Amino acid sequence: MTLTDWLRDPNPTSRRQAKLGQLWLGWLRLRRNPLAMAGLVIILLLLVLAAFAPWLATQDPITQNLQNRLMPPGTAGHWLGTDDFGRDIWSRIVFGARITLYIIALVAVTAPLIGMLVGTVAGYFGGWVDQVLMRITDIFLAFPRLILALALVAVLGPGIGNAVLAIALTAWPPYARVARAETLTVRHSDYIAAVRLQGAGAGRIIWGHIVPMCLPSVIIRVTLDMAGVILIAAGLGFLGLGAQPPLPEWGLMISAGRKYLFEQWWVATMPGLAIFIVSLGFNLLGDGLRDVLDPRSSGK
Amino acid sequence: MTASPSASLRLGAYLRAAGSMLISLAATILGLLLVTFIIGRVVPIDPVLAIVGERATEAQIEAARVALGLDLPLWRQFLIYAWDALHGDLGQSIRTGQPVIEAVARHFPATLELATLATILGVIAGVPAGVLAATRPGSLADHVVRLVGLMGYSMPVFWLGLIGLLLFYGILGWVGGPGRLDAVFDMMYEFEVTPVSGMILIDTALAGRWDMWVNAISHIILPAGLLGYVSMAYISRMTRSFMMNELSQEYITTARVKGMPEWRVIWVHAMRNVLVPLITVIALSYAYLLEGSVLTETIFAWPGLGSYITDALMVNDMPAVLGGTVVVGVAFVLLNLFSDLLYRLVDPRAR
Amino acid sequence: MTLLSVKNLRVTFDTEAGVVEAVRGVSFSLGRERLGIVGESGSGKTMTGRSVLRLIRPPGRIAADEMLFDGQDLMKLPEREMRALRGPRMAMVMQDPKYSLNPVMKVGAQLMEGLRQRDRVGRAEAHGKAVAALEAVQIRDPERVMEAYPHELSGGMGQRVMIAMMLIPNPDLLIADEPTSALDVTVQAEVLSILDGLVRDRGMGLIFISHDLRLVARFCDRVLVMYKGRVVEELAAQDLLHAKHPYTQGLLNCLPRIGGDRGPLPGLDRNAEWAR
Repeated sequence: MTLTDWLRDPNPTSRRQAKLGQLWLGWLRLRRNPLAMAGLVIILLLLVLAAFAPWLATQDPITQNLQNRLMPPGTAGHWLGTDDFGRDIWSRIVFGARITLYIIALVAVTAPLIGMLVGTVAGYFGGWVDQVLMRITDIFLAFPRLILALALVAVLGPGIGNAVLAIALTAWPPYARVARAETLTVRHSDYIAAVRLQGAGAGRIIWGHIVPMCLPSVIIRVTLDMAGVILIAAGLGFLGLGAQPPLPEWGLMISAGRKYLFEQWWVATMPGLAIFIVSLGFNLLGDGLRDVLDPRSSGK
Repeated sequence: MTASPSASLRLGAYLRAAGSMLISLAATILGLLLVTFIIGRVVPIDPVLAIVGERATEAQIEAARVALGLDLPLWRQFLIYAWDALHGDLGQSIRTGQPVIEAVARHFPATLELATLATILGVIAGVPAGVLAATRPGSLADHVVRLVGLMGYSMPVFWLGLIGLLLFYGILGWVGGPGRLDAVFDMMYEFEVTPVSGMILIDTALAGRWDMWVNAISHIILPAGLLGYVSMAYISRMTRSFMMNELSQEYITTARVKGMPEWRVIWVHAMRNVLVPLITVIALSYAYLLEGSVLTETIFAWPGLGSYITDALMVNDMPAVLGGTVVVGVAFVLLNLFSDLLYRLVDPRAR
Repeated sequence: MTLLSVKNLRVTFDTEAGVVEAVRGVSFSLGRERLGIVGESGSGKTMTGRSVLRLIRPPGRIAADEMLFDGQDLMKLPEREMRALRGPRMAMVMQDPKYSLNPVMKVGAQLMEGLRQRDRVGRAEAHGKAVAALEAVQIRDPERVMEAYPHELSGGMGQRVMIAMMLIPNPDLLIADEPTSALDVTVQAEVLSILDGLVRDRGMGLIFISHDLRLVARFCDRVLVMYKGRVVEELAAQDLLHAKHPYTQGLLNCLPRIGGDRGPLPGLDRNAEWAR
């Protein structure tokens, strides 16, 4: 029996086989969606770019070379052109992938964690704890995200770390909602009662039994949210509130190229294309994933 | 036999719902104020120093602290802050010394004008696109709508604005450049048009200055079109999914059994039901545009709230930043409330 | 006179798991009489009914050698002419009025829609006809019901509205798909007798789809028994209780009887042979 036969077995013999079989089916369905696969390829390329940046870049991303200022794309050795300090734009974009990944990874870890903590605690305890926590969540949801992030960075001071913190602080409420909804569905189930009767405390029940139940739906949301995170991070960078020069952050690069928009269009255009392609990749994949997990919305 | 409950009963339920909505509205706004208050208090910039200057004596600083109410306990400070804010006093801009609320009132109409036009464009393009995709799932049209929508989700608006300026203004010259009017008209507008609404398109039309109106259109069309594209992306996707859901309902079969033509099945029977959730989506996208215009405004030198907030940010004018934030937040909350009320009006089951 | 004659009807669905055949070669004919179709859920009875109206949506597909309605082959009609038949010539009452009435339109608007849109009848006249139709299904306060929304009606009222709506243009053929299954037992009989009376008076052909054998036996002239997309037995209603086919007997045996023994009801015996 081959591995695929085992995965496809309509009568699985173990729970794990059933689960893996489901995953396999989902993967097959995802593979048939060309847009989602394109998204996956884009994200993999981003990872490759970030991992092998020193080898893929043709120049140092920081060192200035004023003789080569503002060379157009296609110039020998600078196929995407150079910026106002004579730095190779391609090399800067390649190294910028690392910064983008760094921001995504940090937000993807912190925001869902805060959200899950708030959501599971609210859902598990209910009563006034739920009321208070959900009210706070609503207030944060009522704030326009970008503006709140702006205000927070303004207070904390510009920089990548603070930008990530500001984004995470504005991104958690949806996760809290999702986690609370999941918690409410399992709270009264028998197995939670069984764990409680064994003498487990609230913290242990939430961490050991409720949080794992919330994870799948939270992970889907993370994929769908990443494009938005990239755009907000780039926006903060563009306003000079995120990464600081001379770091090759994509939003920052656009804002540097703004001055030369009409004469040297490539300086602002190239990093913008990079942002667009990467966030499109996350959107395509997230969209495909949602179709796989919720067949009703796929339009078949 | 059941039939409709009496009108007075309906009204009572409606009022009760409105009452509970008002309470949650008040709580949310107080929460907003609390958040901005906390942000304002942890700013590393000393508001006293900003007023009295670096060389002030101890006594002068102390007097300023008392004058600003900074000697009071924090909760009293918050109550004063909230009380003032609810009465329209958002403090004074450090940069100009003027009340923040006045500047906000001056800048808000420009943002409102931009966001409103963008939403209108987004609805006009997004709803038919979503319906088209929903009625032909899996077709080429469906894939195109989906891809165009996802692209709208993925564009950094500020970059899109720059590219738009480069292409349509710089290269093609089809539209007016940054700002709300050409420089020639700017002064004329200042002196010759009475600002009724603060929105140029409305005010110039009221004054009968169609030359100015046309010029204003040439300036607003690009930023509004780009924001409208972003809003279309959202609206078309949601319309598609709502419409697909309604088209699978049994009452659609009923309409077909009655021999109704397909356009009527879709645009009357299904659309009336789609409209119910769609209202919330449109309100959300409108609110999002109020915010999304922050970056667009900086690109297009659009003198709206977004420009005001970012400009203040650059010079660390925190009262202005936080005042602007509160106003946008309140507009957000009010829009949600409005969509809630409208929802109840459209859906007979929610009344 | 034959009103409808169906030969070798097939309904198939293309799904991810392959082609599913919901109806596999069903043939029957119908005059101005009442034909019952019975079977378990999934036997293809609903799909058969909807095929006659050609209201199977993609990914479902209909195929038939012939589907003659009043001399016209429904399989060959363009959608436009098909639409002209739906409503005035053939109509359908569905299972649950909670879902089959448009929730955001007033009952009156839904009743008058056909008259106003298709027949271009004036507002006042359409209103009068709609009220008359409501009276015909024994609704006591028709003016008030006209102004109500579907969610304000009880199930029995909703189903009467549905019947009234479908009978306004006086169709020749009515398909009733489980018209009483979603209703309380107490109002089932009432709605049925209203339907029965109207169909009898107007001399329509009726296809009555149900899983309830007793009901069909009492209410129809002829019965088709369906199993897995095929007709396994066709017989006159009065003979139903003496059915020969083991599947039909099985269906009969799993109904409880008043005064019968209180042991567990026998399960339904299924034989792959019958589905061939």
